[in-house]
Amino acid sequence: MAAERKTKLSKNLLRMKFMQRGLDSETKKQLEEEEKKIISEEHWYLDLPELKEKESFIIEEQSFLLCEDLLYGRMSFRGFNPEVEKLMLQMNAKHKAEEVEDETVELDVSDEEMARRYETLVGTIGKKFARKRDHASYEEDENGDIKPIKTKKMFLKPQD
Amino acid sequence: MAGPVSVAAEYLAGSRARAARTVLGQVVLPGEELLLPEQEDAEGPGGAGERPLSLNAGARSRVRVVCGPGLRRCGDRLLVTKCGRLRHKEPGSGSGGGVYWVDSQQKRYVPVKGDHVIGIVTAKSGDIFKVDVGGSEPASLSYLSFEGATKRNRPNVQVGDLIYGQFVVANKDMEPEMVCIDSCGRANGMGVIGQDGLLFKVTLGLIRKLLAPDCEIIQEVGKLYPLEIVFGMNGRIWVKAKTIQQTLILANILEACEHMTSDQRKQIFSRLAES
Repeated sequence: MAAERKTKLSKNLLRMKFMQRGLDSETKKQLEEEEKKIISEEHWYLDLPELKEKESFIIEEQSFLLCEDLLYGRMSFRGFNPEVEKLMLQMNAKHKAEEVEDETVELDVSDEEMARRYETLVGTIGKKFARKRDHASYEEDENGDIKPIKTKKMFLKPQD
Repeated sequence: MAGPVSVAAEYLAGSRARAARTVLGQVVLPGEELLLPEQEDAEGPGGAGERPLSLNAGARSRVRVVCGPGLRRCGDRLLVTKCGRLRHKEPGSGSGGGVYWVDSQQKRYVPVKGDHVIGIVTAKSGDIFKVDVGGSEPASLSYLSFEGATKRNRPNVQVGDLIYGQFVVANKDMEPEMVCIDSCGRANGMGVIGQDGLLFKVTLGLIRKLLAPDCEIIQEVGKLYPLEIVFGMNGRIWVKAKTIQQTLILANILEACEHMTSDQRKQIFSRLAES
């Protein structure tokens, strides 16, 4: 009876996963290839020569935004709608900023002077908010520059 | 028999294809073919000798050209589909080639992606509004495409309201969709346009002329009295001023300025400034 049943197993049944677990890897590969062959033969394809898609250097656009620089559509004049006036400045400035990227902003105060001012500013404001004990760290030098802050003495744990 | 016919056809085709560079600013008619600058070099006489030497002599470097409204790609050439003047814009930076387009005039608007338009809400069905933008079909606007709109916090939009929004989907195969929000989620002036005011229709070319960066008309109008204007690329303009009379004057000026010369315009403005 068992021998009869063995021979009657259909191909589809044999192709199922649980039946293939016992097979070797080689036989598995063969079965897969056969399946692929069957699928590819049934696949329809166009019997045409391979057409290379020509790389087109012309892009089609139907929008006027690329062509002409248009201003923002909402406008308000003489303070009729202050929010819209703010928006106008924003949107048109954004638009102009994109065009003029190379121009650097002219500085009124040079970078070096700014750095010097900030250096002293930090000390003077810091002095204002420092407590009495911290005033020691804000002692001024002969030149009027603030001395570098000394490291605080922490409690040293005895090693024994 | 076939000989002279084919020769005639070739002659016609050859004579119609002109170089785009030479036609800039001139009137072009639909059906004309335009040659781009690269093809000009190839088809001119004595190519190799006159062309400047390029680094890679084998592969001719081609520049990307954008063909804008009124033009279509036809093989390697540009085919004109609308009558008007041919314009060209040089590329500012980066990718080269520039943009060619035809400056034409029409009253009928065709939705284009990215355009800011004024629409009128015609229907409210479920989660979307149907907005009439002047195209072949009404655009759909979801209630979530407003700034700060959530499922619970619905925007206050009624049938008959005016909406200023932009298209996110606009092609000939699908229904156009618009939103009142930009890609970051901010409104940027889009949304429901306020109360009162007057909406009227003009040609599309006039809108572009008025929105040009150096438009004198807008500058002069702005000096008259406090007012607010919204321009929609679909040919609709909404104006509002303090009194109805001022609003009507403004509407009349904007409608009429299309056909006036600059002298006539200045006369009218000076008369208005006096009164």
